Amino acid sequence: MTAVEPLSARPEVVAPRGLIGDRPLIPIEQAQPRIRRDPGFPVLWLITPATLWLVAFLFLPLLAIFIFSFWKASGHGLSPAFTLENYQNFFAVEGFFDLEHENFLTPSIFLRTLWTTFRFTATVMAICLLLAYPLAYFLAMQVESFKWQLTLFLLVMVPFWTSYLIRAVAWLPMLGRHGLLNEFLMSTGIVDEPVSFLLYSEFSYTMALVQLYVVLAIGPIFFSLAKIDRALLEAARDMGATPFQIFREIILPLSLPGVAIGMIFVFVLLMGEFATAVVVYGGKTSTTGTIILNYYGIANYPFAAVNAIMLMLAMMIGVIVILRLVDIRKEL
Amino acid sequence: MARSSPERRRRARVKAGLSVYYVMFLLFIYGPMFAMFVLSFQGPRGGVTFPMRGISLHWWQALLQPSIVGDLRSALARSLILAIIVMVITAVFSTMLAMAFRKRFVGSGVLFYAIMAGLMVPGILLSLGLASLLRQLGLPPAWWSSALGLHVVWTLPFGFLVMMAVFNRFDERLEEAARDMGADEWTVFREVTLPLITPGIVAAGLFGFTLSYDEFARTTLVAGAQNTLPLDINASLTQRVQPTLFALGTASTLFSLLMIAVFIAVYTILYRRSH
Repeated sequence: MTAVEPLSARPEVVAPRGLIGDRPLIPIEQAQPRIRRDPGFPVLWLITPATLWLVAFLFLPLLAIFIFSFWKASGHGLSPAFTLENYQNFFAVEGFFDLEHENFLTPSIFLRTLWTTFRFTATVMAICLLLAYPLAYFLAMQVESFKWQLTLFLLVMVPFWTSYLIRAVAWLPMLGRHGLLNEFLMSTGIVDEPVSFLLYSEFSYTMALVQLYVVLAIGPIFFSLAKIDRALLEAARDMGATPFQIFREIILPLSLPGVAIGMIFVFVLLMGEFATAVVVYGGKTSTTGTIILNYYGIANYPFAAVNAIMLMLAMMIGVIVILRLVDIRKEL
Repeated sequence: MARSSPERRRRARVKAGLSVYYVMFLLFIYGPMFAMFVLSFQGPRGGVTFPMRGISLHWWQALLQPSIVGDLRSALARSLILAIIVMVITAVFSTMLAMAFRKRFVGSGVLFYAIMAGLMVPGILLSLGLASLLRQLGLPPAWWSSALGLHVVWTLPFGFLVMMAVFNRFDERLEEAARDMGADEWTVFREVTLPLITPGIVAAGLFGFTLSYDEFARTTLVAGAQNTLPLDINASLTQRVQPTLFALGTASTLFSLLMIAVFIAVYTILYRRSH
């Protein structure tokens, strides 16, 4: 223990003696700083390093994307300018405004890719929710011992901490023409010869994405279900509610914030997805993520930046829609 | 509590059904990895799908030859060093931030959302922004500088949430007692706070290490000339896929599992000790 100044060493405060006992010498407001109202390390010290880090590696890159989206691409790099040409190229194809032209009002490939990205994201989100909710419900409501609950939960969460590229690769032996799934289908007589739609298709892409991201939905739903006060359920049961009523009127509403948080995780990560498409879709489709990489590859940074901005915008709209549907503030 | 037996039977059925579902779900998320594990022992003339043409260590040996997968060992070394640095920074920053958030301060709302933004902004956007920014400034990217920066932005929110949860259940009276007995802030932290929150710091470190070790999107444009392991894996995907990749994938996954087991073991020991 470090020595502190003993009480006697502190400057003596001699209060004037009044008629009714002692009166403080100094007004209370002034005296307050003497008492340590604010224990602990100074906040400024604690937050400065991380804040600087976030400014350098989160704020500045995003700001750079925004600024560069107005610059011009010049050969091997960027040149400062203020042009909306990149944005125009994102939305409009040649002949977009021309009644006679065959491209009249045809959305550009970039807009369509963003739409495809969103469509896949929505499908995968829906499947993730359908798979994750019963699982989280089982873990939170049916498994009684805490030890088992934790073990079974960790078992489900472990893949989140392993390489996601490898997990995408692992689908190859499952889904190929001679893959396990085809073998299974043939051995059970469902199909006579191997079906080829399993790999390098929308099917394989969706399957792989669901397997990669479903874990992110389980965590938040599990936590919000586990927090529900069991006394509420017991009370409802005593008052004669059917199991379905209990679920619809108590469990479901109380778990919605967890559902929303899980869906936001899955949504934003899926929108930024780009590597899985190459592995299990054979690069046959592009996502906005792959377009960004391609334009970065040919050193057209402004156009990559425009795609990035549009992706951000689409994501923000999606997140706002989810937040509109469910109030998650109680959860945070 | 006497409960009518039809209802008890109904609940037992629901529980049994969900248990079966849980097992099927495990098959869904672990099945592909298991198939990969088995196929990595494929015979020398076998391919990337079943059937197995004999059992051999051929593809595992191929993994060790530098000519085939390139500079695998140094890529692994770089990934490990990077993961350890990220782990330390994540643990330290998360603890500091969570300690700051125990009090109210100006700008805490903005800072909270800034930390959480690391979770929400896709890695590819940050990679693109930082890579083009560095190019414009004429600075070279490198795995130990720019990639490190983006990795911490990604792992920090996880560590931060863990530490926030730790301090939510923290009994502040213990610290107050130490202060009343005359301990200064550093002594309070070292003797009282730190021993109690060490399990949480280990958990925050787990997120830092494992998420960085596998991170691809936040490394791809900003790692500079030298590859980390996920970049090497991605590069080998563009070549013809061989069972070597399965051996590599199995090795990498086993290592991740080992690290998780180590972290959980350390966490459990520290948790028991601090309670």
